[in-house]
Amino acid sequence: MAETKRIFTFLLRFIAFCTTLSAVIIMISSRQRATVLVFSFEAKYSDTPAFKYFVIVNAIVSIYGFLVLFLPSKSLLWRLVVALDAVFTILLTSSISAALAIAYVGEKGNPIAGWLPICDQVTKYCNQVKGALIVGFISVVLYMLLFLYSLHTVLNPLLLEKS
Amino acid sequence: MALQSGEKLPMFIGHIWSKQKSRWTLLGLRLLAFLAAAAATLVMVLNKQTKTFVVATIGTTPVNLTLTAKFHHTPAFVFFAIANGLVSIHNLVMIMMDLLGSKFDYKGFQFPMIASLDMLNLALVSGGANAAAFMAELGKNGNSHARWDKICDKFGPYCDRGAGALIASFLALALMLLISFLSILNHKLVNSSSHNSHNNIIALPN
Repeated sequence: MAETKRIFTFLLRFIAFCTTLSAVIIMISSRQRATVLVFSFEAKYSDTPAFKYFVIVNAIVSIYGFLVLFLPSKSLLWRLVVALDAVFTILLTSSISAALAIAYVGEKGNPIAGWLPICDQVTKYCNQVKGALIVGFISVVLYMLLFLYSLHTVLNPLLLEKS
Repeated sequence: MALQSGEKLPMFIGHIWSKQKSRWTLLGLRLLAFLAAAAATLVMVLNKQTKTFVVATIGTTPVNLTLTAKFHHTPAFVFFAIANGLVSIHNLVMIMMDLLGSKFDYKGFQFPMIASLDMLNLALVSGGANAAAFMAELGKNGNSHARWDKICDKFGPYCDRGAGALIASFLALALMLLISFLSILNHKLVNSSSHNSHNNIIALPN
Protein backbone atom coordinates (compact mmCIF):
# COMPACT_ATOMS: atom_id res chain seq x y z
CA MET A 1 0.00 0.00 0.00
CA ALA A 2 2.76 2.40 0.90
CA GLU A 3 4.70 1.26 -2.15
CA THR A 4 1.81 2.00 -4.55
CA LYS A 5 1.32 5.35 -2.88
CA ARG A 6 4.97 6.20 -3.42
CA ILE A 7 4.93 5.16 -7.06
CA PHE A 8 1.72 7.04 -7.65
CA THR A 9 3.06 10.27 -6.11
CA PHE A 10 6.29 9.93 -8.06
CA LEU A 11 4.35 9.48 -11.29
CA LEU A 12 2.14 12.47 -10.48
CA ARG A 13 5.16 14.65 -9.77
CA PHE A 14 6.79 13.53 -13.00
CA ILE A 15 3.71 14.36 -15.07
CA ALA A 16 3.38 17.73 -13.32
CA PHE A 17 7.02 18.48 -14.12
CA CYS A 18 6.43 17.56 -17.77
CA THR A 19 3.38 19.81 -18.05
CA THR A 20 5.11 22.85 -16.59
CA LEU A 21 8.13 22.30 -18.84
CA SER A 22 5.95 21.98 -21.94
CA ALA A 23 3.98 25.09 -20.99
CA VAL A 24 7.25 27.02 -20.90
CA ILE A 25 8.46 25.59 -24.21
CA ILE A 26 5.19 26.13 -26.07
CA MET A 27 4.87 29.71 -24.82
CA ILE A 28 8.47 30.61 -25.65
CA SER A 29 8.27 29.23 -29.17
CA SER A 30 5.10 31.11 -30.07
CA ARG A 31 5.79 33.87 -32.50
CA GLN A 32 4.31 35.04 -35.74
CA ARG A 33 5.07 37.78 -38.17
CA ALA A 34 2.02 39.54 -39.60
CA THR A 35 1.43 42.46 -41.92
CA VAL A 36 -1.41 44.83 -41.21
CA LEU A 37 -1.80 47.49 -43.92
CA VAL A 38 1.74 48.82 -44.19
CA PHE A 39 2.99 47.74 -40.76
CA SER A 40 4.81 44.48 -40.34
CA PHE A 41 4.96 43.45 -36.74
CA GLU A 42 5.93 40.34 -34.93
CA ALA A 43 3.80 38.95 -32.14
CA LYS A 44 5.93 37.39 -29.42
CA TYR A 45 5.17 36.21 -25.93
CA SER A 46 7.48 38.86 -24.47
CA ASP A 47 5.26 41.72 -25.63
CA THR A 48 2.95 41.08 -22.72
CA PRO A 49 4.19 41.16 -19.11
CA ALA A 50 1.52 38.63 -18.12
CA PHE A 51 2.96 36.01 -20.48
CA LYS A 52 6.49 36.78 -19.33
CA TYR A 53 5.36 36.24 -15.73
CA PHE A 54 3.68 32.97 -16.79
CA VAL A 55 6.91 31.74 -18.40
CA ILE A 56 9.06 32.74 -15.42
CA VAL A 57 6.81 31.11 -12.84
CA ASN A 58 6.45 27.89 -14.85
CA ALA A 59 10.22 27.75 -15.36
CA ILE A 60 10.83 28.08 -11.62
CA VAL A 61 8.22 25.42 -10.85
CA SER A 62 9.65 23.01 -13.42
CA ILE A 63 13.14 23.38 -11.90
CA TYR A 64 11.62 22.71 -8.46
CA GLY A 65 9.67 19.71 -9.79
CA PHE A 66 12.81 18.30 -11.37
CA LEU A 67 14.76 18.59 -8.12
CA VAL A 68 11.98 17.03 -6.03
CA LEU A 69 11.93 13.94 -8.28
CA PHE A 70 15.43 13.07 -7.07
CA LEU A 71 14.71 13.42 -3.37
CA PRO A 72 15.28 10.14 -1.47
CA SER A 73 12.13 9.01 0.27
CA LYS A 74 13.35 8.99 3.85
CA SER A 75 15.03 12.38 3.75
CA LEU A 76 14.06 15.10 6.21
CA LEU A 77 13.64 17.61 3.37
CA TRP A 78 10.12 16.32 2.70
CA ARG A 79 8.82 18.75 5.31
CA LEU A 80 10.30 21.58 3.23
CA VAL A 81 8.67 20.04 0.16
CA VAL A 82 5.26 20.43 1.80
CA ALA A 83 5.81 24.15 2.40
CA LEU A 84 7.32 24.71 -1.05
CA ASP A 85 4.41 22.83 -2.65
CA ALA A 86 2.05 25.35 -1.08
CA VAL A 87 4.08 28.33 -2.27
CA PHE A 88 4.49 27.09 -5.80
CA THR A 89 0.84 26.08 -6.17
CA ILE A 90 -0.19 29.58 -5.14
CA LEU A 91 2.30 31.11 -7.61
CA LEU A 92 1.04 28.84 -10.39
CA THR A 93 -2.61 29.77 -9.85
CA SER A 94 -1.75 33.46 -9.90
CA SER A 95 0.30 33.12 -13.10
CA ILE A 96 -2.37 31.16 -14.97
CA SER A 97 -5.12 33.59 -13.99
CA ALA A 98 -3.06 36.59 -15.09
CA ALA A 99 -2.20 34.98 -18.44
CA LEU A 100 -5.83 33.95 -18.98
CA ALA A 101 -7.05 37.49 -18.28
CA ILE A 102 -4.74 39.01 -20.89
CA ALA A 103 -5.42 36.23 -23.40
CA TYR A 104 -9.15 36.87 -23.04
CA VAL A 105 -8.64 40.52 -23.96
CA GLY A 106 -6.55 39.43 -26.93
CA GLU A 107 -9.27 37.10 -28.11
CA LYS A 108 -12.42 39.11 -27.50
CA GLY A 109 -11.17 42.66 -27.12
CA ASN A 110 -12.66 45.28 -24.84
CA PRO A 111 -15.09 47.60 -26.65
CA ILE A 112 -15.27 50.19 -23.87
CA ALA A 113 -11.52 50.72 -23.82
CA GLY A 114 -11.29 50.58 -27.60
CA TRP A 115 -9.09 47.48 -27.58
CA LEU A 116 -9.53 45.41 -30.70
CA PRO A 117 -9.00 41.65 -30.61
CA ILE A 118 -5.76 40.63 -32.25
CA CYS A 119 -6.44 36.92 -32.71
CA ASP A 120 -7.73 37.37 -36.26
CA GLN A 121 -4.46 38.83 -37.45
CA VAL A 122 -2.04 36.49 -35.71
CA THR A 123 -3.95 33.21 -35.64
CA LYS A 124 -0.98 30.88 -35.29
CA TYR A 125 0.46 32.83 -32.36
CA CYS A 126 -2.96 32.94 -30.72
CA ASN A 127 -3.48 29.19 -31.05
CA GLN A 128 -0.06 28.42 -29.65
CA VAL A 129 -0.66 30.70 -26.66
CA LYS A 130 -3.99 28.96 -26.11
CA GLY A 131 -2.20 25.60 -26.15
CA ALA A 132 0.36 26.81 -23.62
CA LEU A 133 -2.41 28.06 -21.37
CA ILE A 134 -4.30 24.75 -21.55
CA VAL A 135 -1.13 22.85 -20.57
CA GLY A 136 -0.53 25.41 -17.82
CA PHE A 137 -4.03 24.87 -16.51
CA ILE A 138 -3.47 21.10 -16.38
CA SER A 139 -0.27 21.75 -14.42
CA VAL A 140 -2.20 23.93 -11.96
CA VAL A 141 -4.70 21.12 -11.37
CA LEU A 142 -1.91 18.57 -10.87
CA TYR A 143 0.02 20.78 -8.46
CA MET A 144 -3.18 21.45 -6.54
CA LEU A 145 -3.64 17.68 -6.16
CA LEU A 146 -0.02 17.24 -5.04
CA PHE A 147 -0.38 20.08 -2.56
CA LEU A 148 -3.58 18.65 -1.08
CA TYR A 149 -1.90 15.26 -0.79
CA SER A 150 1.13 16.73 1.02
CA LEU A 151 -1.13 18.73 3.32
CA HIS A 152 -3.17 15.64 4.07
CA THR A 153 -0.18 13.48 4.97
CA VAL A 154 1.29 16.15 7.22
CA LEU A 155 -1.81 17.22 9.06
CA ASN A 156 -3.56 13.92 9.44
CA PRO A 157 -1.04 11.21 10.10
CA LEU A 158 -3.67 8.82 11.50
CA LEU A 159 -4.01 7.24 8.07
CA LEU A 160 -0.25 6.84 7.82
CA GLU A 161 -0.15 5.06 11.16
CA LYS A 162 -2.72 2.49 10.03
CA SER A 163 -0.63 1.44 7.08
CA MET B 1 0.59 24.16 28.47
CA ALA B 2 1.77 20.96 26.84
CA LEU B 3 4.96 20.62 24.89
CA GLN B 4 5.36 17.52 22.82
CA SER B 5 8.09 15.01 23.46
CA GLY B 6 10.95 15.37 21.05
CA GLU B 7 10.34 19.09 20.41
CA LYS B 8 12.60 21.31 22.39
CA LEU B 9 11.56 24.93 22.57
CA PRO B 10 13.27 27.73 24.45
CA MET B 11 11.48 28.45 27.69
CA PHE B 12 10.70 32.07 26.92
CA ILE B 13 8.53 31.18 23.90
CA GLY B 14 6.32 29.19 26.21
CA HIS B 15 5.86 32.19 28.48
CA ILE B 16 5.22 34.77 25.74
CA TRP B 17 2.97 32.72 23.48
CA SER B 18 0.21 31.77 25.85
CA LYS B 19 -2.95 30.18 24.55
CA GLN B 20 -5.20 33.16 25.20
CA LYS B 21 -2.90 35.69 23.59
CA SER B 22 -2.37 33.57 20.50
CA ARG B 23 -6.08 32.98 20.13
CA TRP B 24 -6.88 36.69 20.26
CA THR B 25 -4.00 37.54 17.91
CA LEU B 26 -5.24 35.06 15.36
CA LEU B 27 -8.80 36.33 15.73
CA GLY B 28 -7.64 39.91 15.24
CA LEU B 29 -5.69 38.97 12.12
CA ARG B 30 -8.69 37.12 10.71
CA LEU B 31 -10.87 40.15 11.35
CA LEU B 32 -8.38 42.35 9.48
CA ALA B 33 -8.23 39.91 6.58
CA PHE B 34 -12.04 39.79 6.44
CA LEU B 35 -12.24 43.59 6.41
CA ALA B 36 -9.57 43.88 3.72
CA ALA B 37 -11.18 41.30 1.44
CA ALA B 38 -14.66 42.77 1.96
CA ALA B 39 -13.34 46.26 1.23
CA ALA B 40 -11.68 45.02 -1.96
CA THR B 41 -14.93 43.39 -3.11
CA LEU B 42 -17.08 46.41 -2.35
CA VAL B 43 -14.75 48.95 -3.94
CA MET B 44 -14.43 46.88 -7.10
CA VAL B 45 -18.16 46.15 -7.42
CA LEU B 46 -19.16 49.78 -6.94
CA ASN B 47 -16.48 51.03 -9.31
CA LYS B 48 -18.11 53.00 -12.10
CA GLN B 49 -17.30 56.11 -14.08
CA THR B 50 -19.18 57.87 -16.86
CA LYS B 51 -17.42 60.27 -19.18
CA THR B 52 -18.56 62.21 -22.22
CA PHE B 53 -16.22 62.61 -25.13
CA VAL B 54 -16.59 65.07 -27.97
CA VAL B 55 -16.03 62.97 -31.04
CA ALA B 56 -16.80 65.30 -33.93
CA THR B 57 -18.35 68.62 -34.69
CA ILE B 58 -21.13 68.90 -37.23
CA GLY B 59 -21.56 72.55 -38.02
CA THR B 60 -21.61 74.16 -34.61
CA THR B 61 -23.09 71.31 -32.56
CA PRO B 62 -20.61 68.86 -31.05
CA VAL B 63 -21.30 65.15 -31.28
CA ASN B 64 -20.96 63.59 -27.89
CA LEU B 65 -20.16 60.02 -27.05
CA THR B 66 -20.86 58.88 -23.51
CA LEU B 67 -18.85 55.96 -22.27
CA THR B 68 -19.30 54.18 -18.95
CA ALA B 69 -16.53 52.15 -17.42
CA LYS B 70 -17.90 49.41 -15.19
CA PHE B 71 -16.14 46.55 -13.56
CA HIS B 72 -18.13 43.84 -15.31
CA HIS B 73 -16.81 44.76 -18.74
CA THR B 74 -13.58 43.05 -17.74
CA PRO B 75 -13.84 39.36 -16.80
CA ALA B 76 -10.66 39.60 -14.72
CA PHE B 77 -12.32 42.15 -12.44
CA VAL B 78 -15.43 39.97 -12.17
CA PHE B 79 -13.21 37.07 -11.08
CA PHE B 80 -11.45 39.41 -8.67
CA ALA B 81 -14.74 40.49 -7.10
CA ILE B 82 -16.02 36.92 -6.79
CA ALA B 83 -12.73 35.61 -5.36
CA ASN B 84 -12.52 38.36 -2.77
CA GLY B 85 -16.19 37.88 -1.88
CA LEU B 86 -15.62 34.16 -1.28
CA VAL B 87 -12.50 34.83 0.76
CA SER B 88 -14.28 37.36 2.96
CA ILE B 89 -17.09 34.83 3.54
CA HIS B 90 -14.45 32.24 4.44
CA ASN B 91 -12.82 34.57 6.94
CA LEU B 92 -16.20 35.41 8.44
CA VAL B 93 -17.01 31.71 8.86
CA MET B 94 -13.59 31.11 10.42
CA ILE B 95 -14.17 33.94 12.90
CA MET B 96 -17.53 32.42 13.84
CA MET B 97 -15.90 28.99 14.21
CA ASP B 98 -13.26 30.47 16.47
CA LEU B 99 -15.75 32.22 18.69
CA LEU B 100 -18.65 29.79 18.79
CA GLY B 101 -17.66 26.48 17.31
CA SER B 102 -15.37 24.80 19.78
CA LYS B 103 -17.81 21.92 20.20
CA PHE B 104 -18.13 21.18 16.46
CA ASP B 105 -15.30 18.71 16.28
CA TYR B 106 -15.63 15.37 14.50
CA LYS B 107 -12.75 13.01 15.34
CA GLY B 108 -10.26 15.85 15.34
CA PHE B 109 -11.07 16.92 11.80
CA GLN B 110 -11.48 20.56 12.71
CA PHE B 111 -7.84 21.57 12.56
CA PRO B 112 -6.97 19.89 9.21
CA MET B 113 -10.16 21.32 7.69
CA ILE B 114 -9.33 24.83 8.84
CA ALA B 115 -5.73 24.58 7.62
CA SER B 116 -6.69 23.15 4.21
CA LEU B 117 -9.49 25.65 3.67
CA ASP B 118 -7.13 28.48 4.61
CA MET B 119 -4.60 27.36 2.04
CA LEU B 120 -7.21 26.88 -0.68
CA ASN B 121 -8.67 30.31 -0.14
CA LEU B 122 -5.15 31.72 -0.15
CA ALA B 123 -4.64 30.26 -3.63
CA LEU B 124 -8.01 31.67 -4.72
CA VAL B 125 -7.34 35.19 -3.56
CA SER B 126 -3.85 35.15 -5.06
CA GLY B 127 -5.31 34.16 -8.43
CA GLY B 128 -7.93 36.89 -8.33
CA ALA B 129 -5.59 39.61 -7.16
CA ASN B 130 -2.93 38.79 -9.72
CA ALA B 131 -5.32 38.64 -12.68
CA ALA B 132 -6.75 42.05 -11.76
CA ALA B 133 -3.22 43.41 -11.24
CA PHE B 134 -2.12 42.48 -14.75
CA MET B 135 -5.33 43.86 -16.28
CA ALA B 136 -4.76 47.09 -14.35
CA GLU B 137 -1.19 47.23 -15.65
CA LEU B 138 -2.54 46.84 -19.18
CA GLY B 139 -5.01 49.67 -18.59
CA LYS B 140 -2.34 51.89 -17.16
CA ASN B 141 0.42 51.32 -19.69
CA GLY B 142 -1.38 49.98 -22.73
CA ASN B 143 0.33 47.60 -25.12
CA SER B 144 2.01 49.17 -28.11
CA HIS B 145 2.52 45.86 -29.89
CA ALA B 146 -1.18 45.07 -29.92
CA ARG B 147 -2.21 48.69 -30.56
CA TRP B 148 -4.08 48.91 -27.26
CA ASP B 149 -4.19 52.40 -25.82
CA LYS B 150 -3.97 53.05 -22.15
CA ILE B 151 -7.22 54.19 -20.62
CA CYS B 152 -6.14 55.47 -17.22
CA ASP B 153 -5.55 58.98 -18.47
CA LYS B 154 -9.17 59.19 -19.60
CA PHE B 155 -10.79 57.36 -16.71
CA GLY B 156 -8.63 58.55 -13.85
CA PRO B 157 -10.92 58.06 -10.82
CA TYR B 158 -11.98 54.59 -12.07
CA CYS B 159 -8.34 53.56 -12.19
CA ASP B 160 -7.61 55.04 -8.77
CA ARG B 161 -10.46 53.19 -7.14
CA GLY B 162 -9.42 49.97 -8.85
CA ALA B 163 -5.92 50.48 -7.52
CA GLY B 164 -7.31 50.88 -4.02
CA ALA B 165 -9.25 47.64 -4.34
CA LEU B 166 -6.08 45.87 -5.55
CA ILE B 167 -4.07 47.15 -2.60
CA ALA B 168 -6.75 45.91 -0.17
CA SER B 169 -6.75 42.52 -1.87
CA PHE B 170 -2.97 42.16 -1.67
CA LEU B 171 -3.15 43.14 1.98
CA ALA B 172 -5.74 40.40 2.51
CA LEU B 173 -3.41 37.97 0.70
CA ALA B 174 -0.47 38.82 2.98
CA LEU B 175 -2.66 38.56 6.07
CA MET B 176 -4.05 35.19 5.00
CA LEU B 177 -0.52 33.89 4.44
CA LEU B 178 0.39 35.00 7.95
CA ILE B 179 -2.82 33.50 9.35
CA SER B 180 -2.22 30.08 7.72
CA PHE B 181 1.31 29.93 9.02
CA LEU B 182 0.38 31.15 12.51
CA SER B 183 -2.61 28.86 12.89
CA ILE B 184 -0.58 25.76 12.07
CA LEU B 185 2.24 26.92 14.36
CA ASN B 186 -0.29 27.75 17.04
CA HIS B 187 -1.86 24.34 16.91
CA LYS B 188 1.49 22.61 17.14
CA LEU B 189 2.79 24.71 20.00
CA VAL B 190 -0.26 25.09 22.17
CA ASN B 191 -2.05 21.80 22.23
CA SER B 192 -3.79 20.98 25.43
CA SER B 193 -6.01 18.01 24.59
CA SER B 194 -4.26 14.75 25.37
CA HIS B 195 -5.85 12.53 22.68
CA ASN B 196 -4.32 14.73 19.98
CA SER B 197 -0.79 13.95 21.10
CA HIS B 198 -0.13 11.57 18.22
CA ASN B 199 -1.19 14.29 15.79
CA ASN B 200 1.72 16.40 16.85
CA ILE B 201 4.36 14.40 15.05
CA ILE B 202 4.93 15.84 11.60
CA ALA B 203 5.02 12.69 9.51
CA LEU B 204 7.04 12.27 6.36
CA PRO B 205 4.75 12.12 3.33
CA ASN B 206 6.33 8.94 2.03
